[in-house]
Amino acid sequence: MLYLDNVNYIYQMGTAMEMHALNNVSLEIPDGQFIGIIGHTGSGKSTLIQHFNGLVKPTSGTIYYNGRDIWDEDFSKKELRTKVGLVFQYPEYQLFETTVVKDVEFGPKNMKLDKLECQLRTFGALKTVGIGEELYDASPFELSGGQKRRVAIAGVLAMQPDVLVLDEPTAGLDPRGRDEILEAIFRIKQERNITVILVSHSMEDVARFVDRLIVMDHGSVRFDGTPKEVFAHYKELEEIGLAAPEVTYLTAELIEKGLPLPNVATTVEEAKEMIMRFYKH
Amino acid sequence: MLRDITIGQYYPAKSVIHRLDPRVKLFATLIFIVSMFLFKTFVGYIVAGIALITVIKMSKVPFKFIVKGLKTIWMLLCFTLIFNVILTDGTILFEWKFIKISIEGIRNAIFMGFRLFFLIIGSSLMTLTTTPNQLTDGMETGLRGLKKIKIPVHEMAMMMSIALRFIPILMEETDKIMKAQSARGADFEEGKLMERIRALVPIFVPLFISAFRRANDLAMAMEARCYRGDNNRTRMNPLKYKKEDGLAYLSLVLYVAILIVADRTLGPIAESPITKLSTSLSAMVHIFNCL
Ligand SMILES: Nc1ncnc2c1ncn2[C@@H]1O[C@H](COP(=O)(O)OP(=O)(O)OP(=O)(O)O)[C@@H](O)[C@H]1O
Ligand SMILES: [Mg+2]
Repeated sequence: MLYLDNVNYIYQMGTAMEMHALNNVSLEIPDGQFIGIIGHTGSGKSTLIQHFNGLVKPTSGTIYYNGRDIWDEDFSKKELRTKVGLVFQYPEYQLFETTVVKDVEFGPKNMKLDKLECQLRTFGALKTVGIGEELYDASPFELSGGQKRRVAIAGVLAMQPDVLVLDEPTAGLDPRGRDEILEAIFRIKQERNITVILVSHSMEDVARFVDRLIVMDHGSVRFDGTPKEVFAHYKELEEIGLAAPEVTYLTAELIEKGLPLPNVATTVEEAKEMIMRFYKH
Repeated sequence: MLRDITIGQYYPAKSVIHRLDPRVKLFATLIFIVSMFLFKTFVGYIVAGIALITVIKMSKVPFKFIVKGLKTIWMLLCFTLIFNVILTDGTILFEWKFIKISIEGIRNAIFMGFRLFFLIIGSSLMTLTTTPNQLTDGMETGLRGLKKIKIPVHEMAMMMSIALRFIPILMEETDKIMKAQSARGADFEEGKLMERIRALVPIFVPLFISAFRRANDLAMAMEARCYRGDNNRTRMNPLKYKKEDGLAYLSLVLYVAILIVADRTLGPIAESPITKLSTSLSAMVHIFNCL
């Protein structure tokens, strides 16, 4: 379990470029949740998730992992980072090895696992993200953008973290690649029952997959609840430069026009069901 | 970490110094550096110091911010001081094995330290108050004459501005890549020398690849906008001297004049107590040695 207590973060403190990126953020992240984080550009999403595995030290406030302060002297940050796996925005730019397999193995090797275990995890992770065996010995730099992205994600998956954090893993991919990656993430979540935290700009994606949605606005948590609860505030979301899924607007308009739906929908499936139910009666 | 290096950084503020024509600032910095070697007595340091403090005050850059940039060169400053103290011959105050500390050595060290300090503060003041673009603009316009003798001034200025522009980008990139690899369990702080060197590979490979990619993109973008060097190129905001710039040049001349005059006339008078002190000290040391 991750717990953030009144975390503040200031970039370039004491200079003219000072930037208060996180503002009194308190969060509780229990095991096994699928959490989405949304927010406008520059709202502090990336900064926030870098606190989860101790990559940045909060200017003030405390972060607990399973009850222990991660900035305690004797808390091993290296171990924490294998437990809380973080996939950066555009992770394909951090590939460096000569072959795909070697690059994915980098994480497990740093964990000092034995060779067989490393290989097992590597092949498993590559399979999960849908990289075929024919690419195992290819240079990561010869792959297409989408394939690179998968290899980079596999690099974190291979460490088999208990908490998987992904920063916009689908940015810049085509709809098919996007769905494949999201489905792979969902599958891992189901199989291994880990916590997944997904930063995304796509309201449709988060509405479809997550159980809990956190909305960031100017470095603070603005809303925190199920997608249904959060998207019910679609008017406020628009004020902070976000939007609800298209289907939310559609159902809202239907309600306005006099169709007695119980509430606005967040996914197409849900809307379909509601409308069908109405016409059946 | 990497962000602590403030040398060459720009500090945005609204001040007369920021508004000055970059040519004035370049030339003034050059003259200030030269002036450091024009005086011999401590009166010179006082004059230069006052001039520097006045400019800093006018520039509205906090003194703390300027000094922060010096952190990285503290070592250099200390080395200079120590070597000056040890290696200067003269009246010896203190001797232990091969280490000899003389009055002249201390004097030299103090003077040299101040000189370096002034030099660095003076030149970082220029970069703090001038954007890299203005700087290269100023250089290009100021050195325009050299084009006649086939020196590619424009191309050099362009290269310099691109290089300067890329420094913060690459620093940020390094930071990001380091974080990304740490997230995969990479360790840059522990291990033996060889291990540490090997740990740099996961940083440098992506860094170089991204630098090449950026360079390529930039070249493409420049071509797409029909960049072809200096040919028939006009400026949107050509540099023009204003009244302030004239005043700045005037103050510069005054500064040099005051510096030289004060150093030559007041200097020996002001220093005579020190010279007396040092001669009497050396006499004492001499007597002490005889006993
Ligand atoms: N290295 C840095 N130095 C200074 N300021 C930074 C740095 N990184 C981010 N910031 C600032 O902190 C704020 C939050 O940035 P952050 O990257 O967390 O936003 P984000 O929500 O991830 O945005 P995006 O959706 O564009 O990825 C921004 O205003 C940004 O300008
Ligand atoms: Mg981000």
